Amino acid sequence: MSKRDRMSGNEAVAIAMKQINPDVMGAFPITPSTEIPQYYSQYIANGEVDTEFVAVESEHSAMSVCMGAAAAGARAVTATSSAGLAYMWELLYVAASQRLPITMAVVNRALTGPININNDHSDSMGARDSGWIQIYAESNQEVYDNYIQAMPISETIRLPIMVCQDGFITSHGVSNIELMEDEEVKEFVGEYEPDNYLLKHDNPLAVGPYGISPYYMEAKRSQAQAMKDAMPVIMDVAKRFEKVTGRKYGFFEEYMIDDADVALVVIGSSAGTGKEAVDRLRAEGKRVGLIKLRVFRPFPRQQLAEAMLKVKAVAIMDKAESFSNSGGPLFSEARSSLYDLPNKPYCINYIYGLGGRDITVEDYYEIFNDLFIIHDTDDPGDIYRYVGVRDSRYGERGFDHRKYED
Amino acid sequence: MAYSLKEQLGKPERLAPGHRLCSGCGAGVAVRGVLRALKPEDKAVITNATGCLEVSTFIYPNTAYTDSYIHTAFANGAATCAGVETAYKVLKKRGKIDDTFKFITFGGDGGTYDIGLQSLSGAMERGHDMVYVCYDNEAYMNTGIQRASSTPRFADATTAPAGSVIPGKVQNKKNLTEIIAAHNIPYVAQTTFIGNFRDLHEKAEKAIYTEGPCFLNILAPCPRGWRYETEDLAEMCRLAVDTRVWPMYEIVEGEWHLTYEPKKPLPVEEFLKRQGRFAHMFKKGNEWMIDETQEYVDQQWEKLLSKCK
Amino acid sequence: MKTRAKDINEKITWQDITIGTEIYEPATSVLVETGDWRVMIPVWKQDVCKQCLLCVPFCPDSSIPVKDGKRLEFDFVHCKGCGICWKACPFDAIDFVKEDK
Repeated sequence: MSKRDRMSGNEAVAIAMKQINPDVMGAFPITPSTEIPQYYSQYIANGEVDTEFVAVESEHSAMSVCMGAAAAGARAVTATSSAGLAYMWELLYVAASQRLPITMAVVNRALTGPININNDHSDSMGARDSGWIQIYAESNQEVYDNYIQAMPISETIRLPIMVCQDGFITSHGVSNIELMEDEEVKEFVGEYEPDNYLLKHDNPLAVGPYGISPYYMEAKRSQAQAMKDAMPVIMDVAKRFEKVTGRKYGFFEEYMIDDADVALVVIGSSAGTGKEAVDRLRAEGKRVGLIKLRVFRPFPRQQLAEAMLKVKAVAIMDKAESFSNSGGPLFSEARSSLYDLPNKPYCINYIYGLGGRDITVEDYYEIFNDLFIIHDTDDPGDIYRYVGVRDSRYGERGFDHRKYED
Repeated sequence: MAYSLKEQLGKPERLAPGHRLCSGCGAGVAVRGVLRALKPEDKAVITNATGCLEVSTFIYPNTAYTDSYIHTAFANGAATCAGVETAYKVLKKRGKIDDTFKFITFGGDGGTYDIGLQSLSGAMERGHDMVYVCYDNEAYMNTGIQRASSTPRFADATTAPAGSVIPGKVQNKKNLTEIIAAHNIPYVAQTTFIGNFRDLHEKAEKAIYTEGPCFLNILAPCPRGWRYETEDLAEMCRLAVDTRVWPMYEIVEGEWHLTYEPKKPLPVEEFLKRQGRFAHMFKKGNEWMIDETQEYVDQQWEKLLSKCK
Repeated sequence: MKTRAKDINEKITWQDITIGTEIYEPATSVLVETGDWRVMIPVWKQDVCKQCLLCVPFCPDSSIPVKDGKRLEFDFVHCKGCGICWKACPFDAIDFVKEDK
């Protein structure tokens, strides 16, 4: 049984949390994730849940509270965005290394410099190597569904997890979604029963040692294995979720990719606009497709390559800069994954949408147009590009492939 | 019940030997002294901010604690402890655990006066049922004796060295105990290792067994950083209190009490001259440094007395 | 995975490291013989000792065991030879001398 309701992505997270009723929430307000602790503290104030909410004085302390609580044997959650996530930075690594299964709703927002409250992925992409599982959503429904799946994944493999959604676009945009029944959620998520925890009766637990060189590398290798082992766990949980809800999830969604000559790889809400462009071009008889990546950590390297076997040119869309002079984070990972294919596709990186800049169907048209030129000419041109930025050479929105290398 | 050292030492030891604090380190003495105030039937979770104590008492795979222990980072000892304490509260409420646990955080002065102050202030304000213990050795000893806001004026520290132009640290020591007292928490105290440890013990016991957030500031001399012979720990503490450089007092529900008043207060140079970090103050022409230190100590003492009942 | 500290040493593989580098038992530091650090050694003069126990809480290394209200011989496996006990003793019941090794 499920019920339909209209709500924002933030409320969807809060509702999912309410259905789970975790032990501890530590959170500090930051736009656009603020509503999550607001909704949740109201549920507590109304007696709908009995989670202990710790209204900390900073995100650094929010993560610290979650770590202490998780190590003590509690199910701990938080929510943040942008600078808040950045302020947690050092602790993200510690939480992952201590294998603490914390669930964090990340409402993606641009990192400051200059300050900006709108969406891009610079915050969570900056944290991509911290050892957290990262799952991204396109829609409010996916935000909710991912949140419900997060704890079983995280607690099974003992790694913390970020459930990411696009700030304002899904976090504040209202749409119809299907909710599971409370009992279904409770059964699906289950109880948190760690083997060892600080408050255990039978034996003490010591967490967070000084790891000298003879042990540090073995500890890191062991942690890396957990991220590898998270792959089948994510799929198992998705299969179980499909049984209950009928909604199917994987590492990524393939959209008209089977016979596509050219394709996009994109993360998050921008996939919706991308699919619209695909639909229109398909109607014109063009063989275009799209892959919407859901799981960024662990990165589904082999699966992505298998899905791209026949594609000749791929636009890899990054909603974050990495100032590497060779493309954004998704580009680095996705292109590397395709390197082992017998017929490597051309990979072009587009940096888009920074600080809330819209990406339109027309922008995607330009991108596909680029890909067709590359497909036809075998000339990739500059592989590191921007779309949607005003450029004195190329005008208001875009670029001209033939002139781009100037 | 009257304090008996013999009785207290009959309890099981909660800080095991084999930790790798320097020989003669005051931090080990502080931890033992505080944990001794726990009732043997009570369990504890010890939280530790990064620092000398942390890198020495839990080097994988060797923990020196008989109780559960967690270290996560430098600036967040109090917040980590707050998370553990909150988990305890909710797991008790939900019937998942039975034992009685107490929550004690240890941080050095770097992790307490400086980088961890925000986290500490937040935890104290929110009212977690925990004790935060600062073992104050008056500099960042773990990284090599750099100046801290806890370092006293004129001390020679590696980032505030005594040179031919600048005579060591320029600023006075921050009064952290008063800052924490301003949070209006139930119990705040300052102590060190004196005689039969009654002062430290009674304060630790009150801090642990008073509901709500409590704070202890323990002067814990560091022979390496202060530059005195390891065997002189007890004397350093004695001189610190008898010169009134480190007054021992407590604030119970907002009421200030002096817990030790030196019968014959000693001049500050008795404390200073025993330590290499103050050696430059005794060079000819630097008498003013000692005079100003004495003046400052007297002034602080008078201020403290005016608050005490 | 090895679960006991005594089985964890610098030869174990990554598969044997405890999850999250946790330790599941108390006081495993006793396995570390810090007595090796000593240059000077305290000598307990049992006949002079008045069992006031003032030396005990001053020991940073928990190396003066107490049983039935009385102190015992130093734990020389762990005593680092700092000499604090020697100075803390009001009855000169502890000497502090260079250790012959």
